[in-house]
Amino acid sequence: MTERKIRVLIAKPGLDGHDRGAKVIARALRDAGMEVIYTGLRQSPEMIAEAALQEDVDAVGLSILSGAHMTLVPRVLELLRANQQGDVPVFVGGIIPEADIPALQTMGVAEVFGPGSFTSTVAEAVRRVVEARSTTP
Amino acid sequence: MPPNPADLVAQALTGNRLALARLLTLVESQTDSAIEALNLIFPATGNAHRVGITGAPGTGKSSLTNKLAQTVRRRGETAAILAVDPSSPFTGGAILGDRIRMRECAGDPGVFIRSMASRGALGGLSLTTNAAAEVLDGVGFDWILVETVGTGQAEVEIASLAHTVIVVEAPGLGDEIQAIKAGILEIADLILVNKADQPGALRTESALMAAFHAAERPAYRHHSDIDQSGIIPPTSKDGWSIPILRTNAIDGEGVDAVLARVLEHRTFLQESGQWQAKETQRMQHAFEQSLRHALYTAWHDALPGDAYDDLLRQLNNRAISPQQLARQTVQAWLTGSKSESNRHIS
Ligand SMILES: Nc1nc2c(ncn2[C@@H]2O[C@H](COP(=O)(O)OP(=O)(O)OP(=O)(O)O)[C@@H](O)[C@H]2O)c(=O)[nH]1
Ligand SMILES: [Mg+2]
Repeated sequence: MTERKIRVLIAKPGLDGHDRGAKVIARALRDAGMEVIYTGLRQSPEMIAEAALQEDVDAVGLSILSGAHMTLVPRVLELLRANQQGDVPVFVGGIIPEADIPALQTMGVAEVFGPGSFTSTVAEAVRRVVEARSTTP
Repeated sequence: MPPNPADLVAQALTGNRLALARLLTLVESQTDSAIEALNLIFPATGNAHRVGITGAPGTGKSSLTNKLAQTVRRRGETAAILAVDPSSPFTGGAILGDRIRMRECAGDPGVFIRSMASRGALGGLSLTTNAAAEVLDGVGFDWILVETVGTGQAEVEIASLAHTVIVVEAPGLGDEIQAIKAGILEIADLILVNKADQPGALRTESALMAAFHAAERPAYRHHSDIDQSGIIPPTSKDGWSIPILRTNAIDGEGVDAVLARVLEHRTFLQESGQWQAKETQRMQHAFEQSLRHALYTAWHDALPGDAYDDLLRQLNNRAISPQQLARQTVQAWLTGSKSESNRHIS
């Protein structure tokens, strides 16, 4: 009867101090009809994985401006796998140098969005990846 | 592959948190599998104390829920939190932000937090919040703390779900009396003046007291509420004196006292027989909601092809009123299904 809503966790790991970008993305995903669990600033990878589990999300979006993405992202991915949620797509946004993108994708990140990304592009990508996942057995 | 409801329930009952999370998603989907899962877990329910936390936007409901969960944990008991936020009526999307105030609960295996979108339901909850609470009760949480949407309106839905309803007020919401809607006070078992550290907290408290004295509350003209002189005590509901307490949800001051009064309320409900009455009422409410849904679905599914559009066309012609059309349609449906079952018998 009721179609399944897409639920996305938007989290801000690390110590950098503002979450403007994360909030913009959260609103864009809401406007695209998704349910966004927004957890605020300074989340540890453990807190992010715990929230992803309790909320049974279809995708996780990480906003990282601090430059610590090469340590934070693999830690989040590892914890998701440990929770049997290794198949939940993870998106990364923020200030990510071009050069790091291939490495992040090899780790298992679904897509990386730089500062110039359109919010509509992000929403479409999330929907596409989540829907592809739910139709593959 | 959607997981099998029986497997999910079995795993959730052994304490598997991912299975619990998926079970909550399943009940939110309102599918036949959801009904099956709820039926399987139902025998294990009936042990949790359900507390509703309601009040206007920004009064500190999430912050208080966080502190209440901590207080419950210090007693060695477990707490599940259901935090409801509104869905956008236009896009169906939602931003669920209550977890922001609950980070102190992180990493505690005795707490489980789930955010829910209202998905178009009015009254401060979603249609499946009660079902989600059943699941959390069934897997053994001692307390279920339900934070409603902050609307400040009379949220009767929470009164039918919770054993104890906490209404949260705070200073600085503008016109004090405006903020204190009669409806919301009628469902309160406890009233908190939160942000007690802020200027105006005392004024809010006196405004509340005054509102209680002034309000004509015919709903409470229960014989036991009226003393010898015929005066209705200002803060009494079916024999329970509604406490007004000051709290600070940031440093937790006053929250121990809140839990103490909630525990007193539990004892009061149990000793007066109202605990059982509330359980019965809640189940009846859930039954009637499901019955309406099931009847409507059965009727709708039995309609041939474009019969529904034909009905609507009659309305557009103003040939018949919506009320009469509904009555006739149901009568026709009932007669039709009766003759069908007669055929089977003969
Ligand atoms: N000074 C002070 N601030 C508080 C207190 N309780 C909550 N706040 C602040 O008030 C704001 C709103 O708190 P929340 O707990 O999110 O309030 P809420 O009622 O859950 O809000 P909604 O869910 O949006 O309706 C936050 O900035 C809190 O930090 C308090 O006791 N004192
Ligand atoms: Mg809140």
